[in-house]
Amino acid sequence: MRKIEENIFKGLMIFSTVLISSTLFMILYTIFSKGLGSLTWDMVSKIPEGGFYIGKGGGILNAIVGSLYITLGSTLLGLLVSIPIVIYINIYAKKNSFLANITRLSYDILFGIPSIVYGAFGFAIMVYMGLKTSLLAGIITVTLMIIPILVRAMDEAVRVVPEEMRNSVYSLGATRYETAKIILRQSIPGIVTAILLSFGRAIGDAACVLFTAGFTDSIPTSLDQPAATLPLSIFFQLSSPIEEVQNRAYAAAVVLTIVVLIISITAKIVSKNLSKNKI
Amino acid sequence: MILQPHISIQNLNVHIGENHILKNINIDFPDKKVTSLIGPSGCGKTTLLKTMNRLLDHQIDVRVDGKVLVDGENIYDPKVEVTHIRKKMGLLSQRPFPLPMNIYDNVAYGQRIHGNHNKKELDEIVEKYLRGVNLWDEVKDRLKSPATRLSIGQQQRLCLARGLAIEPEIILGDEPTSALDPISTQAIEELFLQLKDKYTIVLVTHILRQARRVSDYVGFVYMGEIIEFGPTEEVLLNPKEKLTKDYVKGFLS
Repeated sequence: MRKIEENIFKGLMIFSTVLISSTLFMILYTIFSKGLGSLTWDMVSKIPEGGFYIGKGGGILNAIVGSLYITLGSTLLGLLVSIPIVIYINIYAKKNSFLANITRLSYDILFGIPSIVYGAFGFAIMVYMGLKTSLLAGIITVTLMIIPILVRAMDEAVRVVPEEMRNSVYSLGATRYETAKIILRQSIPGIVTAILLSFGRAIGDAACVLFTAGFTDSIPTSLDQPAATLPLSIFFQLSSPIEEVQNRAYAAAVVLTIVVLIISITAKIVSKNLSKNKI
Repeated sequence: MILQPHISIQNLNVHIGENHILKNINIDFPDKKVTSLIGPSGCGKTTLLKTMNRLLDHQIDVRVDGKVLVDGENIYDPKVEVTHIRKKMGLLSQRPFPLPMNIYDNVAYGQRIHGNHNKKELDEIVEKYLRGVNLWDEVKDRLKSPATRLSIGQQQRLCLARGLAIEPEIILGDEPTSALDPISTQAIEELFLQLKDKYTIVLVTHILRQARRVSDYVGFVYMGEIIEFGPTEEVLLNPKEKLTKDYVKGFLS
């Protein structure tokens, strides 16, 4: 009887595991089989020509560059804001201090807010400040969205550093700031994971940039110009009734996937090299 | 009996939240001797050790009353710089926690944060203290490799070298051999015996034989109080208090 029970659960577990891996495979298969045919050099090296969305020539370089600008910009800006938060709540604030607890509660709530809400909020701020849809507005909105992700993931990485480790550093006469540097170094793999998570969210999110960064066929040359993004480029092409244009949407999806893959692999390598000295 | 106290604790009371962890502690740690603090788990001996370099500062809801005098200076005086106090003491924790850097940088770290960046001096200091903990011959060819590649016993000696390299006067050991195998334990104990000519050592341990092997004085801590304090042989072999007697005989744990 117990043997049967064991086998049933084992079967269920294997089923779930196979299901999730085959889903990944199916997603990759779908976008690659539909998209690879349209993935020409023109697609990644040219901006859309007139009539691109009804099947004429050009490419999605505007969206590739726009997405990279927004993602890199917001990840950097997000890190600038989140690292001090993480250091403060973990090292300067005492354990279970009121401010640290409030911070943790708020990022947990912010973490769960859908990105369209950030998009709407960013849009409201933008209108209030009299800005137009622009690269800057997009970067700021995406930054707001990823800060909770960054803070939460980094906070978890820093919290697992044992207290004795900190005490060892303190007892050498280190200041809190010096201790923070050691603790951050100790948490590098976790920090890289945090950056990856937020990078993935930032590059793939359409709702945040829809009203804030806008969409344009040219490559932005300054922060106050609107910028195209890959998710929106996929959206616009997929909405077309023309099959050729739809296939180009899948080609754009392939590009998006490849960018994410390149970033994750590089980050893994970098993290591995940086964490050589870790416990 | 004790001529020169190096650390003198007077009327120390520590509360953590509602709990009265240390009760009216009065104890003098003699200069350049090894003093062991023994007692059952949770008796407050580690907390007592942490009051000596103010590591309790980082916990919330801690109240420390009383005085801890190091070289006659009350370290809980608000005017005292905490990093200055800690520089006088090297701490050896239960498990070794090497810094996320290579072996050389681990030992040089303390000197560097206190402002010494002279390469030649640092080289000398690193060699001196790695030799001091009998680790030099084992690591001299791989000073640039990560400290975490060392065995746990080597890591503990490295952490001792790291603590000694800030040139403290006092070594605080918080059950420093509890994670080590017997051979590494012996190595650390022998080091303590060598080091006591130069340093005042306070050792928290629950191993009575260890207290007997390495210490000159023993303090027995029970339920947050110092029950008995005196020369090792007296406390361990001929205790005056009934509680000490019971603990030493193994009735109390």
